[in-house]
Amino acid sequence: MSHPSEAQKFVKNENRVNWHDQSLWHVREKRDKAANLFPEWEELREKASQIKSHALSKLDYYLEEFEKNATANGIKVHWASDAIEHNEIVFNIFREHRVKRIVKSKSMLTEECHLNPFLEKHGVEVIDSDLGERIVQLAKETPSHIVLPAIHKKRMEIDELFQKHLHTQPSNGDANYLTAAAREHLRQKFMQADAALTGVNFAIAETGEFVVCTNEGNADMGVHLAPLHIASMGIEKMIPRYEDLGVFIRLLARSATGQHVTTYTSQFRKPREGTELHIILVDNGRTVQLGREKYRRSLHCIRCGACMNTCPVYRRSGGHSYQSVVPGPIGSILSPGIDMKKHASLPFASSLCGSCSDVCPVKIDIHKQLYTWRQDITRETNEEPAKQFSMKLMGWLFTHPNLYRKAGKFGRKALQMMPRWMVYNPLNTWGKQRELPEPPKQSFQEWYQQNRQKNG
Amino acid sequence: MHIGLFIPCYVDQFYPQVAVATLELLEKLGHRVSVPPDQTCCGQPMANSGYERFAKKTMDLFVQNFAEFDYVVAPSGSCVYHVRKHFDIIEQTPEVQKIREKTLEICEFLVNHNTTDTLQSSFPYRVGLHESCHGQRGLRFAKSSELVGEPFSIIRQLLEKVEGIELVNLQRSDECCGFGGTFAVAEEAVSVKMGKDRIQDHILNGAQVITGTDMSCLMHMEGIIRRRKLPLRVMHVSEILNHSEQHEPSV
Ligand code: SF4
Repeated sequence: MSHPSEAQKFVKNENRVNWHDQSLWHVREKRDKAANLFPEWEELREKASQIKSHALSKLDYYLEEFEKNATANGIKVHWASDAIEHNEIVFNIFREHRVKRIVKSKSMLTEECHLNPFLEKHGVEVIDSDLGERIVQLAKETPSHIVLPAIHKKRMEIDELFQKHLHTQPSNGDANYLTAAAREHLRQKFMQADAALTGVNFAIAETGEFVVCTNEGNADMGVHLAPLHIASMGIEKMIPRYEDLGVFIRLLARSATGQHVTTYTSQFRKPREGTELHIILVDNGRTVQLGREKYRRSLHCIRCGACMNTCPVYRRSGGHSYQSVVPGPIGSILSPGIDMKKHASLPFASSLCGSCSDVCPVKIDIHKQLYTWRQDITRETNEEPAKQFSMKLMGWLFTHPNLYRKAGKFGRKALQMMPRWMVYNPLNTWGKQRELPEPPKQSFQEWYQQNRQKNG
Repeated sequence: MHIGLFIPCYVDQFYPQVAVATLELLEKLGHRVSVPPDQTCCGQPMANSGYERFAKKTMDLFVQNFAEFDYVVAPSGSCVYHVRKHFDIIEQTPEVQKIREKTLEICEFLVNHNTTDTLQSSFPYRVGLHESCHGQRGLRFAKSSELVGEPFSIIRQLLEKVEGIELVNLQRSDECCGFGGTFAVAEEAVSVKMGKDRIQDHILNGAQVITGTDMSCLMHMEGIIRRRKLPLRVMHVSEILNHSEQHEPSV
């Protein structure tokens, strides 16, 4: 399955597309307002980008420094080379503590590792505690956006979902009522949880601590109630010094939602008395990506989601059309790095408008990497032989000016003479919803020969 | 100063009036212009589709055709972008390096050479400017809405010199129209939806004409406009700059 066919399904419902587009554009506008309050915004982006480049260039060093300092703080540090290892580490800790129920918050990484189905198979109840995540969990779907996981769902749909699963009354999509119901429901789950799982936004090598940014406070709620906290982080989340944190905190929330800071920016340095704190450092393909110089900068990503909000394709095709854990522009660079064949259509799911690169707070040259992926994908997978053939032919025709001119003339003539039904046939994708340009009698070159050649 | 005029393949075949307007405009402003007869394409269609490697010979031919000129000027931001940024895959001979530096989009050339005070064009219509992405974010003809800083737009600056023109403001100043080369075909559904939305913004704000530096974006929007019989037409920015009551364009 490819992006175009999934996108086509989404686009069919034009009202929904308009609503999806406008919701995300609204977030993008809020981001613009917040960014424009900072005259030094562009310098901040540059600074963030440099810190990330530096951290990645000495990632091994900083990871070990982090491990040393975190261990000294009383945090138990684990290393996982891939998703399977990550899930096993989590489950082993759970087994040791006889964990039956957990609450989870803010972790795209556990999505990436498909942790939920794994734990459920082993009899552990997993509750995603952020509202959006809980909604998609109840709907048995995946998040369609990394910051706004249920942005594709309308209020009425959430209403119905809650009636079915949480036994609420029909409320005509009343946001206050639904939020209150979710809060009630989640509160119970928080009270019962044996452990809390969170993601990590930043880990600081210098101090051996990590930071979790949330708006609903659920990560904190889970962590404060449960005797066990496991945090999972991709190894690229490492930043060298405590003072670097300020740069990213200022960029993250503003880029994500236009807020000045997230409502909760929690720093975890040591376990609370009588509790355990674990952190799992997960590779899962990241060192491979680090080794690919062309795509290395994609690891700068701080998962703000701004590139999704701004992307005109994402806004109109919906996150699920990307069929990858991280959708949108950044996902279209990361996913082919994990499975090139499966995600071969993603780098083409872009008009290369470049809005993603300009909006990105850590200055990832996203659209350029998409262009580069296109070259790599056509070379390394032989997905579309017909396309390859036509491109070869095109390249050949463009190097034979005489033939090119004749073909052009012939094409225009044919277009003029052919009856409409022959031009607008199912093979003419352009013409499904668009007219072709009206062929003129003369090409410019022909006009030029006739009118100017002598004085040229 | 001798200018070589590059006319992208589809403009040559489908929009000769744009090429003529560009030529006349340059001549009117006192430049010496030639049109190498063996020019075809810059190689962009193959490259953006992921077949850069099949475009190398087309790039070589481009260099051959235009090596002798002081400047190469084209009525297309995206082709110019391609020459400047993507000709790095062929051998960087002095000619190639010079061409990569001296290939300019028509408006960019006019602004850089400060010859626009004698423009004397008039176009008494309400016009919406489509800042096409390759010009805007690729060649930085305008500040993109994502960046923080002083707004500017060299295309707007030029159009403002046209007598009688009324430039309309858009809700989304620089959203992509959805053309994107082969994207328009490979992602037909999304592409058309993007185009429809882009056109709607112009209509809502009272534009009678959409203009821009890339005929390809305009061709895509024109295709939708004509299919849906919308009250709007498209014109390349060269056509507007070359437009005056005294002097009607020759095609
Ligand atoms: S690529 Fe940039 S804009 Fe997109 S989510 Fe990552 S940090 Fe944010």
